[in-house]
Amino acid sequence: MTHQELALTAAKARLLGLDMVYRAASGHPGGSFSSMDLLTLLYQNVMRVDPAKPRDPDRDRFVLSKGHCTPALYPTLALRGYFPLKELQMFRSIHGNMSGHAEMNNVRGVDMSTGSLGQGISAAVGMALAGKLDQKSYRVYTLLGDGEIEEGQVWEAAMSAAKFHLDNLCAIVDVNGLQIDGRTADVMPSEPLDQKWSAFGWNVIPCDGHDFNALEAAYAQAASVPGKPSVILARTVKGKGVSYMENNAGWHGKAPNAQQYHQGREELIAQITQLAQSAGRIPGEELTPILEVLCEDKEEN
Amino acid sequence: MSETIATRAAYGETMAALAKDYPDVVVLDADLSGSTMSKKFADVCPERFFNIGIAEANMAGIAAGLATCGKKPFIHSFAMFATGRAWEQVRNSIAYPGLNVKVIGSHGGLSVGEDGATHQCLEDYAIMRAIPGMLVVSPCDGPAMRLATKALLDYEGPAYMRLGRLAVESVTDEIPGYTFQLGKGFQLRDGSDVTVIATGMMVQEAVKASDALNAQGVSVRVIDMATIKPLDEEIVLKAARETGAIVTSEEATVLGGLGSAVCECVAAGCPVPVVRHGVQDEFGRSGAAKQVLAAYGLTADGIIESVKKVLALKK
Repeated sequence: MTHQELALTAAKARLLGLDMVYRAASGHPGGSFSSMDLLTLLYQNVMRVDPAKPRDPDRDRFVLSKGHCTPALYPTLALRGYFPLKELQMFRSIHGNMSGHAEMNNVRGVDMSTGSLGQGISAAVGMALAGKLDQKSYRVYTLLGDGEIEEGQVWEAAMSAAKFHLDNLCAIVDVNGLQIDGRTADVMPSEPLDQKWSAFGWNVIPCDGHDFNALEAAYAQAASVPGKPSVILARTVKGKGVSYMENNAGWHGKAPNAQQYHQGREELIAQITQLAQSAGRIPGEELTPILEVLCEDKEEN
Repeated sequence: MSETIATRAAYGETMAALAKDYPDVVVLDADLSGSTMSKKFADVCPERFFNIGIAEANMAGIAAGLATCGKKPFIHSFAMFATGRAWEQVRNSIAYPGLNVKVIGSHGGLSVGEDGATHQCLEDYAIMRAIPGMLVVSPCDGPAMRLATKALLDYEGPAYMRLGRLAVESVTDEIPGYTFQLGKGFQLRDGSDVTVIATGMMVQEAVKASDALNAQGVSVRVIDMATIKPLDEEIVLKAARETGAIVTSEEATVLGGLGSAVCECVAAGCPVPVVRHGVQDEFGRSGAAKQVLAAYGLTADGIIESVKKVLALKK
């Protein structure tokens, strides 16, 4: 995909994610929207995956260590072709299997069940270790939150990835600076992140998590450094793409009300329209399949 | 003559002997490989052994990731840390996705002795049993452990197995036709007045108690319940119907483990008096293992006392 197409796809994913959270009246939009660009690039251009063969033993793997950001992962998987967009309507619903946190046995394309913070990175280490053991060339990616890394297990995992020289492992930290209770710097200061990861034996790549050029270079660099794991410290804006959610910790795990939903929806539709035009696409054709699966109104619940 | 061997030693030698037959098995330890005997596997198969350091939570998570790639990880620490420190990782990263990881906890119960209460895991049966889909196994002697280890190598899915620290005399090798099957209890002694259902090294004490009570005219059935979950309900209910009274015996807290499982079973299927022999809702303490076990009544004499209590209830 071109960078215009990536931006367009990420905007669609945000609109789908907003709708999922509104329909379910619960979920985590803030950290989902901050990671949407880096996740879209990862699934569309970086990872070697085939949606027709989601369990291919040679595929690249992704572990959503910040397992609550399913409003980012599920739309990304749907837009990559793993399952129909319509299935997103079952998000957090008793009537379906689109569970609130990432679920490998029920959602096609999910490589590991996560949700309890700090655990996904260990699983990613295990996958990378298996790759080394079997002399396979697949790569393993895992996405962490900058609040999540307060969990001690993350640093146990970081130590072990360096010990086993897992250069097939790339962690991405979504550094949006906010967590449920407020600013990460206030809740539990974790900076300097670059020095911490570096001291644990990782190749550290700081970058702007909304700049596709920078992200593309970061993923490429991560794949090129031998003998050690890489971490991309992606500086992002929590709630990115919906004006009232941006840089507001209150939107970590909250659903919009009807007025807020419609405002966010209009903003994202405007972005999609504009991005479609700059990508040389017809806005109507881009929007129609998305609008078809969105909520009519709240009563649909 | 009966063999005397610690179940952890029997486990370690079996893993080493079968290493080449199970190329997908990987072994992880958290800096206790000499004690848990996972080192025996490492000695013959170093390329499939990973020391994760003193990081049980990470070890459980790494095992989960390995399992998603088709590996069969066996992870090791003391029972306290394998099941306690890493409980939530075992629940969420291993059991919830149903991954094929075996959690091996050695030095379970009071018999870690001198190390004291922080290392004496009395809750492993209870907290592992509480996790949906988790198999919980506690073989009693060397021969049973060898068979159990082979059975776990062939079993697909999450499981917990406790290994014992102390050398124990075999009680199964003298039983004609003894077999080990996951999910099945095995009757070691027949009897008609009362049944003792024991697990781990309390089985040896139950056999001693049975012999002593038989000499006093009390006919005691003894069941080795090597699998605590899923419980062999058939053998429990048969014992309840035929003997009318049950003593459970475990080197663990009486809350939530074998005793609780048996009570739940008979309460629903054939209510009879049950006395739960084990550690009575308290922590352990330091001391030589045999002395600590004696101080908490985890002996044949303790079982005899429990049998007398349950016989009084039966009348």
